[in-house]
Amino acid sequence: MKFYEKEIKRIRKVCFSNDKQIKNVIAIRNFIDTNFDTALNLDLLSHIRSVSKYHLLRLFKKYYGLTPRKYLIDKRIEKSKEHLKNGMTVTETCFAVGFNSLGSFSTLFKNKTGKSPVEFKKSNFQETAINLI
Amino acid sequence: MKVTLISIPVRDQEKALKFYTEKLGFIKKIDMPLDGGNRWLTLVSKEAQDGPEILLEPAPLHFEPSKVYQDALMEAGIPYTQFDVDNVEEEYERLLKLGVEFSVKPTEMGTVKFAVFNDTCGNNIQIVENL
Repeated sequence: MKFYEKEIKRIRKVCFSNDKQIKNVIAIRNFIDTNFDTALNLDLLSHIRSVSKYHLLRLFKKYYGLTPRKYLIDKRIEKSKEHLKNGMTVTETCFAVGFNSLGSFSTLFKNKTGKSPVEFKKSNFQETAINLI
Repeated sequence: MKVTLISIPVRDQEKALKFYTEKLGFIKKIDMPLDGGNRWLTLVSKEAQDGPEILLEPAPLHFEPSKVYQDALMEAGIPYTQFDVDNVEEEYERLLKLGVEFSVKPTEMGTVKFAVFNDTCGNNIQIVENL
């Protein structure tokens, strides 16, 4: 067995030996993935696996390296890019991915991608047009 | 500053281009001739063609320490870099059929599943799926 595999085995034992905790966080992540467009919050997520919300927060951060809230926002931004590329309007996109304020959606989108949703939509339209030339 | 490029050292650019496009499914983006038959050769993912590029760089041929480092990583089984896939098991089966050799079969560790294969150009490459 090579060095890499030995190290993997060692690290797994040290960091990832609690199967129950891992199953719980994976289930939470899957839940966020399929319900990102609904009004999710920590209370709701903690009820799904019957763990306290602070424990859930700690576990998620421990095994995914970011908070459930950050994960959810990234997921929503990723999905909104798809919607905008597919021709959905900015307002439709905002509500379709689970945000309920157009203003905060636009600000967040710009912070994360460097472009506002409208600019993003326009630049994609231009790229498509250029590809056709 | 923005991240737009990662470089992978390769022993043979033409062979690497074939492997990375024909087997792994990347698409050639830039192929610019440079001095001495070297090329500025970059690839993108089929599903993210506006995303980061991979530079297939002939460093081990021209800079001995790069070759030494690459050999040491290969010997230890350490991946040079990694790519995300939707399903490690499916990708493993697909690549096996194409004759790709794996040093680590699909393995779960915490919240990820991964496998490691040989890119035939001097590197171990890891594929990862988030669970």
